[in-house]
Amino acid sequence: MKVAVCVKQVPEGTKRIDPGTKRLDRSGEGALNSFDAHAVEEALRIRDAAGGGEVVLVSMGPAKAADALRKALAMGADRAVLVTDDAAAGADLVGTSRVLAAVLEREAPELVLFGQQAADADGAVLWSAVAERLRRPVISQVAELTVADGTARGKRQTEFGYDVIEAPLPAVVAVSDAINEPRYPSLKGIMGAKSKPQETLVLSDLGVEAGAKTEVLALADPPPRGETRKLEDDGNAAAQIVEFLDERRLL
Amino acid sequence: MSILVFLEHHDDELQKGALAVLSKAAQLGDPDVAGVVIGAGVRALAGEAGKFGAAKVFVADDESLGAPLPQQRVDVIASIVRDHGYDTVLFAASVLAADVAAGLAARLDAGLNWDLVDLAQQDGALVGKRPALGDTVFVDVGWTGEPRLALFRSGTFDPAATGGTAELVDASVQLEEHSQAAKMIEQAHAESEGPDLAEADVIVAGGRGLGGPENFTLVEELAKALGGAVGATRAVVDAGWYPYSTQIGQTGKSVAPKLYIACGISGAIQHKVGMQGSGTIVAINKDPNAPIFEFCDLGVVGDLHAIVPKLTELVRERRG
Ligand SMILES: Cc1cc2nc3c(=O)[nH]c(=O)nc-3n(C[C@H](O)[C@H](O)[C@H](O)COP(=O)(O)OP(=O)(O)OC[C@H]3O[C@@H](n4cnc5c(N)ncnc54)[C@H](O)[C@@H]3O)c2cc1C
Ligand SMILES: Nc1ncnc2c1ncn2[C@@H]1O[C@H](COP(=O)(O)O)[C@@H](O)[C@H]1O
Repeated sequence: MKVAVCVKQVPEGTKRIDPGTKRLDRSGEGALNSFDAHAVEEALRIRDAAGGGEVVLVSMGPAKAADALRKALAMGADRAVLVTDDAAAGADLVGTSRVLAAVLEREAPELVLFGQQAADADGAVLWSAVAERLRRPVISQVAELTVADGTARGKRQTEFGYDVIEAPLPAVVAVSDAINEPRYPSLKGIMGAKSKPQETLVLSDLGVEAGAKTEVLALADPPPRGETRKLEDDGNAAAQIVEFLDERRLL
Repeated sequence: MSILVFLEHHDDELQKGALAVLSKAAQLGDPDVAGVVIGAGVRALAGEAGKFGAAKVFVADDESLGAPLPQQRVDVIASIVRDHGYDTVLFAASVLAADVAAGLAARLDAGLNWDLVDLAQQDGALVGKRPALGDTVFVDVGWTGEPRLALFRSGTFDPAATGGTAELVDASVQLEEHSQAAKMIEQAHAESEGPDLAEADVIVAGGRGLGGPENFTLVEELAKALGGAVGATRAVVDAGWYPYSTQIGQTGKSVAPKLYIACGISGAIQHKVGMQGSGTIVAINKDPNAPIFEFCDLGVVGDLHAIVPKLTELVRERRG
């Protein structure tokens, strides 16, 4: 079974928007979007249960996103494709979905997995746009996934409880962060990751443009809210919480 | 400007969030505000939308549209937008609406802004407001072309009934092959049983930081000592640790108790939207950078396994 996983590198720690470019500041350290580790884990399990095949990582981002890909390779993915191009910086849903779909078109996997959301964009939407461009069925928010007999079956939560949806392969599936517990890369995995194939593409290799149909016009501070009192537990936290609740007459 | 609003429905009711977005659209002052209702046996529902400001409601009523799956809805809305030239399509966030909106964005190559908490005309242009990066910054967003698509954050507005009537227009139903490939095998229906979290003065909620389903007893004991109810995050509900009826957040319940104690909860936006109206929020989390510390009143950095049992004991003593 050939499974592709769309993964993103996101800035580590506190995130900020650069007031000059009005884009997310990606200059600091980056990490594999933690939600995507669940998608990688699920892909590895599906590959292994099928008794073989390949897990290909697909990503668009700055050149250093290769570090995040290496973490997923260390978990056990087989190879990675990274689209990195100055002209792709600032791409929005329209642009990103076009680029990822172009890579996925070339790869032609039986299953494409996405994580639940990008920790920086918080959109939780990209899979649906990519599925549309690939003209493939999509199942989102999947908390339990079974892939067998050419079909993906997902159990997923909505505002009303749980649905069960089935789609014939090739299909696109986005997984919830509760679907599994991602493995930690082993030392062997980390060493092995360095020699796994990592392909880097520019937009002209794919014959597409990225682009954006949305724009950030202005930035402002969030409305002020009440003070947060913060304390570190030194063994007395429980008593301090009781004191606080007493002050506010909540007991 | 001409606005089309996606009117989601469930169990024969138009959803409150969608009607609220429709009311908001009507308040922007444009006479050409329409809704679209898609499903099987939904004609009667469509008329309801007139009361909330729709001058026109497109109805796609077809057996093949019975299951609330997104891709067929993209087909229907895309042809309405093309045939009738709507320049703006608005959605209230939901699992279904997000997938429809993003699919439509790709189909029409249209810009989609999400998580909006407001929308206004500024100097002739449409401008959305959205909190970003865990609500640490407020961003004004726009569109560089038409149609403009937007998803509103759940719970942002309330519906405002103005009492008009809408003209019903049949929408054409021509489905793409890939849009019909996914099949609903079992469809969720609102589970009414379970605790009434909306009435509770105190809620103690547990997240993945509890480490396992067995540790929910820590949360239950504390809730009992405080005379409160127990809540949960989607991560633990999806993992089967706790029932769906206790879930708080975007796809769960919205609550506003006097006191909310979050144990081992990171504070994702989708959780926050369901509990930010609480009077006092106390968070216990071992990660000093957890987003929940940005919007709680008392933030305790520490291990809940050490703190919560002690807290329960002290509260018991205190309340006798
Ligand atoms: C469309 C959509 C809808 C959603 N709807 C909802 C919804 O309705 N409700 C909801 O809750 N979520 C919802 N989510 C999911 C949401 O984005 C988060 O994934 C989820 O809220 C995370 O749950 P959590 O805080 O329990 O887990 P995590 O994010 O994993 O956080 C666990 C926290 O526990 C802390 N921790 C770990 N061990 C300890 C310890 N020993 N002591 C103290 N702290 C500890 C960690 O530091 C961490 O901050 C939705 C997502 C999407 C995409
Ligand atoms: N630049 C990117 N490259 C590859 N995959 C991405 C990228 N951005 C987002 N994704 C994938 O899409 C999912 C949802 O992202 P979003 O809709 O941006 O919140 C993530 O969990 C990833 O699986």
